[in-house]
This record gives sequence, structure tokens and C-alpha cells, in this order.
Amino acid sequence: MRQFSLTSILSQLLLLFFVIIWIIPTFGLFISSLRDKELLSISGWWTSLTTTEINEIHRMLGMEYQIQENNYYIIKGSIFEDNSGKKITSFGITSKKINEFSLGDIAIFKDNSEVTIDENGNYVWKSKTKFTKKKGKRLFTTSLSPPSFTFDNYKEVLFKEGIGRAFVNTLAVALPSTLIPLIICSFFAYALTWMKFFGRDTLLALIIASLVVPLQMSLIPILTIYNDFGAVFGVAAKSYPGVWMAHTGFGLASTTFLLRNFLKSLPNEMMEAAKVDGASHYDIFLKIILPLSIPAFASIFILQFLWCWNDLLVGLVFLDQVPSEIILTAKLKELLGSRGENWEILTTGAFVSMTVPLFIFFALQRYFIRGLVAGSVKG
Amino acid sequence: MSLLNLSFIVLLGILIFVLYFHFSNSFLDSYNRKSNGRFKFENSIRVVIFILPAFIVLFIFILYPVFETVRLSFYDKFGREFVGLYNYKWAIDDPEFRRSILNNLGWLLIVPTFSTFFGLVIANLADRIWWGSIAKSIIFMPMAISFVGAGVIWKFVYEYRGPENTQIGLLNAVIVSFGYEPQAWLTIPIWNNVFLMAIMIWIQTGLALVIFSAALRSIPKEMIEASRIDGASELKIFFSIIVPYLEQTILVIWTLITIIVLRIFDIIFAMTNGEWQTGVLANLMYDWMFRGGGDSGRGSVLAIVIMLGVIPILLWNLYKHKQEQNI
Repeated sequence: MRQFSLTSILSQLLLLFFVIIWIIPTFGLFISSLRDKELLSISGWWTSLTTTEINEIHRMLGMEYQIQENNYYIIKGSIFEDNSGKKITSFGITSKKINEFSLGDIAIFKDNSEVTIDENGNYVWKSKTKFTKKKGKRLFTTSLSPPSFTFDNYKEVLFKEGIGRAFVNTLAVALPSTLIPLIICSFFAYALTWMKFFGRDTLLALIIASLVVPLQMSLIPILTIYNDFGAVFGVAAKSYPGVWMAHTGFGLASTTFLLRNFLKSLPNEMMEAAKVDGASHYDIFLKIILPLSIPAFASIFILQFLWCWNDLLVGLVFLDQVPSEIILTAKLKELLGSRGENWEILTTGAFVSMTVPLFIFFALQRYFIRGLVAGSVKG
Repeated sequence: MSLLNLSFIVLLGILIFVLYFHFSNSFLDSYNRKSNGRFKFENSIRVVIFILPAFIVLFIFILYPVFETVRLSFYDKFGREFVGLYNYKWAIDDPEFRRSILNNLGWLLIVPTFSTFFGLVIANLADRIWWGSIAKSIIFMPMAISFVGAGVIWKFVYEYRGPENTQIGLLNAVIVSFGYEPQAWLTIPIWNNVFLMAIMIWIQTGLALVIFSAALRSIPKEMIEASRIDGASELKIFFSIIVPYLEQTILVIWTLITIIVLRIFDIIFAMTNGEWQTGVLANLMYDWMFRGGGDSGRGSVLAIVIMLGVIPILLWNLYKHKQEQNI
């Protein structure tokens, strides 16, 4: 239903305003990650979206490139690399008058040599006498530069700055940290929903209380346990399994809570019928509950995976900050400290860390939202 | 650790849990079948198999730490000698602690309020506009990325260069184009907190938005149509019908964001590391966990103060749960 009343236009404008405010910071980061690193540090990212006028200084080729044609000695060359896309609008031969000549003009140097240039940067420099200098003279050009983007920053960040390895590490943290709670909590939630045992209600109340316990409460005691454990068994106190279990612990309450809410909504009759047929709880779990729970699993998987992927604190406390263990967020934080001025590294690194969440977000948004809504309505 | 080793232990870690459940259950099933279902303890053993791993994890990672943290808060920095309320006294007298409490209160007041408000307004706008779902997607997107990633995004927006240079940070470029002096936003005490909070609002508005969008669908369309026919303005409808109708949802979202904000750590850690008076409790706690070899007493006191903030919410949740059980 499209309306063109005043309120409708006003609300569209207001919403557009919000959308622009919300998208611009991320958009700027993305554009910057694709820009040349020299340009990135001297001009705002928004200038790269339109054709901009830039002034440059180039030096022409020297004497060894000269050829003789008719009565002239000629040096030909191009001041731009191939396919730069830049278009020259004017040029000059002294630093004081960089716009002295327009295209097609012949500029004459003090030594009576003359130069012409076309808009693609090809110049012809000729002289009646032989060129004798190793270096050519300077040309000052003003050109229009169309938007140009490069993947160079990505190559550098992935392979030289260790972001590539951090990416793998993060995956090695996030995958088990998501699957382990999903496995153990699905059995736990099943027991809490469909089995009768002593203390079930107390256990459920404990889960609900644990939902809001800040993970800061657990950091010091668990770190102590890990240190003692490492000392007694002679293994590293900080390790991947340690992080998995920490994430499992911190995600346990919410995963169980969400799964139980889902299981409770399934019809009881199905379970009863299967039991009469002699199926054990494990049969019921495998053959009835599991297939029915796939959408719920998907939602919870996405929530927990994003949580682990984006986490900083747990990875910081329970992993060593060495190349083989450091996770993306910790690496980014490290770069923020050590390379705070190298925006090409920061913007690109940040964008690499966002690829997986953004992919999940756009591909599986429905499940993501469903999980969030389910978790919040009662939480 | 080589990549091959890493993928191997990842696989092994996951497999252990699958195998545990499969073999323990299959074993019990076959034993039960052999005894023709007359095995008396089948049910109790099954319960143990089902809940044991989760219970152990719950105990080690949540229940035990809560009590241990309380205990440690009364002990010295190594957790060895009982020092009574010494750590609490230290906290009260510590200017950094007071600063953090004030900042945390500011965060708790401002972020949930604005996120909820923006979420509600945007959900309403988007609901009635044909490109609303695209708008919702865009505003929701920051929810997917990490706080550190968001930190980098916004640090770039707040980037400061001296007045003689071209500004590459968007905010300063805008300010300069209006003829003002560029500012190093993150180093101006008090106000820098607001700039950090803006990041959190930018993220959490998406959460509020999607939940409100779902809740909006439960409002009877007829009610809104009727009031429109009666000549009520959109603003009037918003404040007199929609807001009261969504009161419960507003409360839920407000609480949810409050819990998230109370633990806020990453943004401040990445952006200012608590300098220029931006520290909050979680950062101070992280500091004390490692500062000077770590002080578990002081760290624990700080953790408990964070916990105190959620206790009312915890009690409220339990109360609601009990009510549901009784229905």
C-alpha cells in the first residue's frame, strides 16, 4: 500500500536518515579497505567515490631513451602506468605554474626543448640538440582520477600481518565452542523437559538464574583452575580445549533455556506413542526430537557461533597471545595499539574479521532473528 | 601448532562428546533389551547420562565460580590470607573505582534508553514503508559484528588530525567543513564516554528493532485503523496506542540491553583502554586480574559489584518463572 501523504513522506525521510547514519560508518570502512594506502592516509574515503582532481609531479625519461627522427632528438614515454584511468586536464613545467599549459599546447623549456602531452599521459619531448642528462625534466600534471580500488591491502593483511592465521584460529575456537554446548545442552534440555527426576525444578531454576550471571564472575576462579590443572598435569594452562569449555560454560544456560522452550512446544502425544512402542529415550531423541529441532538448532547455532566469533574477553584471558593461538578480535586490538596510524591495515583487518558474521547475517538472517526474538521474549 | 594438528584436535574435541552420548546410551539400550526391560535402574541411569556433562560444566563454570569469587573477595591478592573487608574498603576509597561506577551508571542510563527508543521508532517507521525490510536489515547489521570491529569502524569516524592536515575522519571532516576546529573526540573527558556509548547504541538498536518488529505484529490492525479514521495523528497513535500496548516488550528489551551493557568491556578496551576517564568496572577488573601479577581479591570485588547490578533482574526472572510453573 503506497501512500503519498505528508506523514508518509516525512516518515520515509526520517527512516532514510536513520539508514544513512547507520550504514555510513561501515561503508566508509569497506571503501577504505579497498583504497590505495598512500591515498588513504591523506584524503577522506568519501573523496574516492567520485572523480577527483589530483596534482602530481613526474620525471620524464633520460638520455638513454632518446631516438633520432628527422632533425630532432625525441624521447617518448608515458607518465601513467597502463590502465590508470587518469585523464590529464592541464600541465606545467615549473613548480610555480603547474597549470600553465592545457592539452595540445607546446611547452618550451629554457634549453629550447619542447614537450607535448596527450590526455592519457603520453608525452613527446623533442630537442634539436642531443639530450645529455641521465634524468629527464619534471612535468607537473593536473588530472582527473576516476574511483579506483585495489585488493592489495587484503593481500598484505592476510599474509603479512598474521590476520590470515588469526582467522583460522578464530574458526578453531568458534566451531567447537558452538557445537559442544549444542550437543550437551540438547540432551540436558531433553531431560529437563521430558524426563522425571529428583531436583529437576531446582536445576531449571538454576539455569534461569545463570542466564544473567555476568561471565566476569567466572574469570578468576576458572583461570586459577586452569593454572592448577596445567601445573599438575604438565600441560599448557591456556589452550584451545580450555577456551571451548569456557565458552561452553558461558553459553550453557542460554542454549539450554532456548532449547527447552522449543522442546516444550512439541506435542507430548508423539513421545508417548513412541514409548508405548518400546522406544528408549535415546531412540526418541535421535529419531523424533533431532529432526524436528533442526530449525531451533540453526537459530541457536548462529547465536552462539557469532557470540564466540565476536568474543574478545574469553579469548584474551584463556588463550596465549601468540600467532598460533591469537584470535581475530585480539589481533585487531593489538593492531589498534601498535599500528594505530596504519589505517589500511586496520580497516582491512576489521573487514576480514567481519566477513563471516556478515555472511551469516545475510544468508541466515531469518534464523538469527528468530533466535534473538525467542531468547528475549522470556529472558 | 600446525593447521593439520589444529583441525585434528578440533574434530576430536567435538567427536568426544558425540561418542560419549552415543556409546553410553547404546550400551544402556542393549543391556536393557537383554534383560527384557526388567532392568530397574534404566531410567535413573539414563537421566544421569543425559544431564551429567551439562551439569559438570554448569557446576565448574558457573556455580562454583560464583561462590569462589565471593570467597576470594575476602582474601588477599593470592587468595591465601583472609583479609576481611579490606578489598571492599580499598574499592570505596579508590578514585578509579568511583570513576568506573559513575561511568557504568552513565552507560546503564543512556544506552538502553536510546537503543530502545530508536528501536521502537524505527520499527514503527519501517513497518509502514515498502522498503522497510531493507532498512531494518541495514540497521540490524551491526548486531552481527564484533565490538572490536565496531570499535575500529568508529575509531575511523572519530579519527583526528591536526588542524593543518586534511581530516580523514568523517566527524572531523564534517566539523571542519562547517568552519570549526577539529577535535580529538576520544580524549575529551566526560564527552568521550558519550562517543563510546554512541557505538553501543549503534549496535543495540538493531536488537531492539527486530524484537519490536515481531511484537508490532501482535497489535490488532483494526485498533490502529479505527483511531486513524477517528482522526488521530500518527504521533498520537504512537504514544497512546503503540507504546502502551508494547509496554511489556519495552521492559524486556530495556532489561536485556541493560544486562549486556553492564558487562561492557570490549569497546572501551579497544578504543581507549580506560584512559581519559572512560574506564568501566569490567575494564578495571580485567586490569586488576593482571596488573602487578594479578590481584584476585580486588578483581573479585569488582566482579561482585558487576554481579550486584544483575541481581534484581535475576530475582525478577526467577519470580516470573515460578509464576509460569504455577499456571
